[in-house]
Order: sequence, then structure tokens, then C-alpha cells
Amino acid sequence: MKDFVQLFNQLDQTTKTSRKVAVLKSYFDTANDEDKLWTIGILSHRRPKRSVRTALLRVWVAAEANLPLWLFEESYHIVGDLAETIALVHPNLESKNDKSLSEWIQFIIDLKPLSDEEQKGKVLWVWNQLNEKERFVFNKLLTGGWRVGLSQKLMTRALAQHAEVEENSLTHRLMGNWRAETTTYNELIESSNPADQLSKPYPFYLAYALEGEVQELGDVADWQAEWKWDGIRGQIIIRNNELFVWSRGEELVTEKFPEFQELLEAVPDGTVLDGEIIPFQDGKPLSFATMQTRISRKNVSKGILKSAPIVMIAYDILEFEGQDLRETPMLERRRILEKLVQYQESNKLLISNILWVNSWEKLIEVRTKSRENNAEGLMLKRKDSTYKTGRKKGDWWKWKVDALTIDAVMIYAMRGHGRRANLYTDYTFAVWDDEKLVPFAKAYSGLTDKEIKRVDAFVKKNTVDKFGPVRSVTPELVFEIAFEGIAKSSRYKSGVALRFPRIHRWREDKPAKEANTLDDLMRMLDEFG
Amino acid sequence: MGLLQFTEKGIYCKQAKVYIDPWKPVDYAIITHAHADHSRWGNKFYLSHHLSKPIIQHRLGQDISIESMEYGERRTINGVGFSFHPAGHIIGSSQVRVEYKGEVWVASGDYKLENDGFCTPFEPVKCDVFITECTFGLPVFKWKPQEQVFAEMNTWWQKNKFEGKATILAGYSLGKAQRILQGLDPSIGKIYTHGAIEKTNEIIRNMGVKLNETIYVESEIKKKDFEGSLIIAPPRSLGTSWQKKFPAYEVGMASGWMNVRGTRRRQSLDRGFVLSDHADWDGLNSAIKATDCEKVIVTHGYTNIFSKWLNDKGIETQAESTEFEGELAEVGQGKEDKEA
Repeated sequence: MKDFVQLFNQLDQTTKTSRKVAVLKSYFDTANDEDKLWTIGILSHRRPKRSVRTALLRVWVAAEANLPLWLFEESYHIVGDLAETIALVHPNLESKNDKSLSEWIQFIIDLKPLSDEEQKGKVLWVWNQLNEKERFVFNKLLTGGWRVGLSQKLMTRALAQHAEVEENSLTHRLMGNWRAETTTYNELIESSNPADQLSKPYPFYLAYALEGEVQELGDVADWQAEWKWDGIRGQIIIRNNELFVWSRGEELVTEKFPEFQELLEAVPDGTVLDGEIIPFQDGKPLSFATMQTRISRKNVSKGILKSAPIVMIAYDILEFEGQDLRETPMLERRRILEKLVQYQESNKLLISNILWVNSWEKLIEVRTKSRENNAEGLMLKRKDSTYKTGRKKGDWWKWKVDALTIDAVMIYAMRGHGRRANLYTDYTFAVWDDEKLVPFAKAYSGLTDKEIKRVDAFVKKNTVDKFGPVRSVTPELVFEIAFEGIAKSSRYKSGVALRFPRIHRWREDKPAKEANTLDDLMRMLDEFG
Repeated sequence: MGLLQFTEKGIYCKQAKVYIDPWKPVDYAIITHAHADHSRWGNKFYLSHHLSKPIIQHRLGQDISIESMEYGERRTINGVGFSFHPAGHIIGSSQVRVEYKGEVWVASGDYKLENDGFCTPFEPVKCDVFITECTFGLPVFKWKPQEQVFAEMNTWWQKNKFEGKATILAGYSLGKAQRILQGLDPSIGKIYTHGAIEKTNEIIRNMGVKLNETIYVESEIKKKDFEGSLIIAPPRSLGTSWQKKFPAYEVGMASGWMNVRGTRRRQSLDRGFVLSDHADWDGLNSAIKATDCEKVIVTHGYTNIFSKWLNDKGIETQAESTEFEGELAEVGQGKEDKEA
């Protein structure tokens, strides 16, 4: 695994994408097929399932390092990464073993059926075989949740260079339902007819946010405008009498949406639709919060099907009658899509209506109605555009409405994790309810490093009380909090939950007394909730 | 009431009316070392080690009232004996031993146990009460021998040179910069320094301490001249327009914080080297043990965690809050003194 550890360290040591691609390509050039396959698997989030409970790992390593468990937990809290904390506190510094990456992964897979005691023996043995860097990588394989800092796009580029195949077709090959456990490198990358093409989605075409004035896009007649729906981007695939639902995060979510099974009857075989899965009832979209209650559950119960009904609002068709339509101009694809949706009988499939306007001015006016329509803003698509792969500038733009904002007082602060382990970076915010401050949101992004340092200094000097990692501070600093939506919730004392709350700016000009009130928040709930 | 107490101005000896590293202006300040968070502006009188004095004068002004002593030398004030003992943190850094009627307290300032080959190595001092820093008081902080770290740095510098790039290595102006300068292999290429570091070097050279040859980064120097060379710079200069002077380069940082992947990544560095002038976890524990003390007071760093650890082990420990910053300045989070 030394070569893989070295690869990881080299990727970790540079921020330049060209260098990352070069490093990965040269790894692919020398690695064997099993290691290559697993590397692709790991970098595309297809790790083996976790085989050992992390709670046990903590107990084991604390004992190995002669540390009380609480001290290990405190260290973990500050380092922010379990695999790394284990690697650091374990006393062994020497590398005594060189199994290959795939051999270690097999070792990890084989742990799964063993008893706790047997697992313990094996894991302790491994920790003692590896030096700190190797132990970190092993732990990452063991525990999962690995952010390597290399997008799938870059991985695909490096692999395309190594295998001398075209990048877009490789992107498509790497999608879908394959697992490194059950396929081979040759089958995945090189064979001309992969066995499991059936479930494979197309790479999503992703839009950039519109910069500058909308008029700069040219003639309004060349563009098609739709609402930007607030749901889950997905592809529905109907091939060979089977139906698959993929989310944009390349997750197979068919089982989360059993409603779509009826499309097997309604839609002809050999169809792939691209659209937004949104909660929808009585002819109207519901707020995204409804969807959240549903996707956070493991099982879709009858109650949920009833309280959070969904539909697919299709806006594109990528395959029809088994033909790849991505090179067909959008107007033509749209015509096919309209016909298909119109003549099918399921009410689970709708079409994203086109907003007909004859001037940009008109469109700007329409956009102001986004929230009333439960949309995040508008999508603009060039009428003659093909369906591209990944995030590409030029033909598709998202044009969101501005976020909602509220001025709030910071009342609690917590140390950050990982990158910000030394600093108080996670804050809880409150609004006034008469003389009392009621917490309603947590946020940690949106400040510059300089501002974070100043807030950190404030927290350290103005701590009123400490409970565990949390400090309560003198309510003095006011921040403008931006968010995308608001819904009722029992989680906060305030009774509301915000969608994507983040710090918009520090209101150094505002004293705490002038921050917003709970009444203001309730008014927003009435209007937009 | 103890021999030393923690007041809002600093660590105070009531019997002698003297403060150690005060953070607010006082009449009599004993200074452990010349870093800005330990030797602050505004005191009426300063007492430091000989090797700290010129640096403190440079930073706070030639007109301050300051005297200095050698390690082991003793000064008695109203019956209280004060002496300096090597702390191994940076040049001139000292632990302050305070003795009154047979009771001994030691205030460590900042310290490390490894002999860095440049400043006088740490010496444990027996005492009843040991006041210690614990900047890196977590078991995840364990340093490798510096030879190993310097070898990694040399290899990196050589690789960059081979690629025609300059190598920028960031380290605190006073201490880390000189340690890097003396630790790396000067035969690889020229070594340039940022103005803040060159000034510190000049003061140190004027004290008669030998340092490897350095060239101050002046605006007249051509871009091309930096190719293949090493540039030592304070962390605060990273990401500023100062860097525009250089051709293609890679940036590294030397700090104890680099032991954690998160802090390394946060700086968007090409390389992070784990090299600290503070004691690591094992260092703190063995330093405390070597004092044979009955009680420990922890001042800055992970004080709550470290004091609980010691208390659980049966060593009576309390945590006091101070305004010392430890190694935060190393990753651009403290208030490093602009001139030093």
C-alpha cells in the first residue's frame, strides 16, 4: 500500500489541479489492475461497507496508547477526524508490512463477519504494522467518509489519460451501479460492452450561476426560461422493464421513491428523463422542508408517502426509444418530452413549464415571483444547446433570487473541527423575544479568515459560561444571517428551522438591541413557510 | 496565598512586587523570552537574559530601562531569589526560578526539550510548584527528531530547485527562522530572508552568535535570481503582494500545528513540516515529572484537558487563564510583532 499512501500524500500536498491529475495518472501507470479498480472505487465513493464499529476503534486505540477514553475523545474533537486521531495517538512509528491496497481492502471486508474480539485482534495487529501515515490511510478505508480533495472529474481525467480513452465516455462508464467487489478493471474500463449498462445514468449537465446582467445573454428569443425548482435533481431511467432513480450525487435512490414504479406502465421503455423530484400536492409544490422529513428516513413508510407526496417535474429527455438524445438540440428534445408527458397517464410525472416572455425586463419581473411559486429562481437554457457533461459555462444558467436575511445576535460559540481546530468558528444565533434571546439557527460559514480571528478573540475574552466544548458569550455581536427557506420545527426553541443558514455579513454597525425579533421571524414563516 | 499569583496584569510575586511576563504595564517585569506575547510594551523596568536583551530593546525601544543576567545568576529582591534557567524555546529563553524561605516556584515561559543545536538546551529545575505552558498538550502532538524534519525539508528544496522553482518556507521571525537557517543544508542553494527575519538575524549576529549566510530580499533583486533558492519568511507574509517578487515557487510552513492535517490544509500550503519550538505531549509530561513538583499550574494551550489529565494521574494541577498565545502566531493566528 506504500504506493497508494504516497499517492494520497502527494494529492494532499498540492492545491493545483494539474499536478493532482499528473500524480494520479502516474500512479495508474504503475499500479496493478486490482489496485487501480479500488482506487477508482474509493475516489468515486464506492468504498467497502464499514465492517467495524467506530465506537470500538476508539476504545481499542485509547487502551493501546495508554490513554483514558475521555482524553482520546477530546483529542478527536479537536483534530476532527477519527482516522487521523487514531493514527496520531497510536505509538507505533515503524512500517513493517507491505500488503497492496486491494489486499488491505480484502482484509477489511473479511473483518465484517467476525466477532468483536476477533476484529480487535486483527485491527490491533494492523495498527502495529503500519507507520502513522499508512495507519491513517488504513483507518480511512476502515471508517469511510474520506474527502481526498480530488473531484471525480479530475479522477476521470487522470484515468482517461492513463487508459487512453475519451473523457466523456469514461465519465459515463464510471456512473451507475458498479462495485469494485463485483467487477474487474477490464470490465469497467476496457471491455466494449459492460454488463451493467442497464442502470447507468448519464452524467448530469450542471448550470453555473448567472453573473452580471441577464441582458448580456443576447436575444431573449434564443433562450428558454423555467422555474428553478427546489427539490432533488434526478434522472429516471426506464430500460428493459426496470426503473431506476438516480440523484445528482450519483446515488441510486429508486427505493426512496416507490411512487415512480407506476411510470414503468406509463412511459415507454428506453427512456431517460432529467428533472427535479419535488414534494407536490393539490397541484402545487410544497416547501423543501417536507422533502427533508422524507429523505432523512431510512424506510419510506405509508405515513410518509401520504404526508410528503412527490412528483418528478421533468425538464429534459436524454434517451428516447433507446437512443441517446444528448447531441440533439434542446428544442427538439423538448418537443419529444412534451409529447411523452402529455400522452402518459401517471400524475407522478409533470413537465416543467416554459415561462414565455418577450423581453428580459418581463423576465426580471417574473423572477420576483419565484418564492410564491416555491421556486428558488429561474433556469435559463439556450434553445439550440446540446446536453453537456458536468459543469459547463455558456448554455445553461441558474438565476436564483436573493436569500432571505435576518439580523441576529451570537450567543454560543464552539471550536471548529479539522481545518479550524484552534478557533471558535461555529456559532449559535438568537433573536429577541422581549428581553430574552431565543436561539434559532447555527451557522459557521461566511466569514473571512480575518473576521474569524477577531470573533475568536471576542469569544475567548467574553466567555460567560462553558459547558463542554460550548461557550456562552456576552450577547454583543450582530450578524446578518442569510437563508433559503423557513419552516416550522420543534428542534429549536424558536419553533422554526432555516434552510441553508449562513453568515452573510458581520453587522458591526448594529448594537445587539437592534437585532431582529422572534415576531419578525414568525412573519417570515407566515409569508414564505 | 502562593509565592506567585495570577492577577489581571500577569503572574505576580507579591513579596518582591515583581511580575513575570506581564500583559499589562507594571513597574518591574521579569521576561522569560523576547516573543511579543511574553515581553510587552509599557513596563517601567525589564529584567531578562543577556541574549534576550538586544531583541527586546530593538522591539520596544532603546530607551526602555532593562538589565540582564546569565543563566544560573541570582538576583534577590526583598528576600526573594530570582534566577534564569535555559528553556530551549528560542535564543535567550529562560525559565524563571523563584525562591523564598525554602519554597521554590518555576515559571516555564515557553519551552521545548529537544536540543535544537542553536539555543541553550532546556534544563529541568526541581521545584515545588511548576507553572507550565501546554500549547501542544494533547496526545496527538508528537514530534519527530529534527534531523528527520530537516532531511525532509532539504529533499523538498532540492526537488523544487530541480524544477527551477523557488522554495518559500514560513516560520516565526524569532526562533523558527534561525532554527531553519541553521538546520538546512546551505550547499543546496542561496538562502534569502524576509526583512523582518533579516533584522532579527542582524541583532543576533551583533550579539556575536554565528548564523549561516543570508541575503535580504531587496526589490532590486531580479526574479530569476530566486530560482532554486530558499526564502525564509514569516507566516504573516504568506499570501501578500510581497510574494509577487518571486518566480514559480512552492510554499511550506514549519510549525507544530502542521501535525494536524486540517490546519495544514487550511493554509493551502504545498508542504507542512512538523517542527515546533514548544514541547510535545511526551515532552510536557516528562518535563513536569523531572521537576519533582507537588503542584502544576497550566497557563496556555489546551489547559482544561491537560490539567484534567494531570489531576487524574494524581498530580495536583490547576488551570489559569493568561494572555500568552503559544504557537498561534505560527499559523498566522496570533499577533506577531511586526518589527521582530
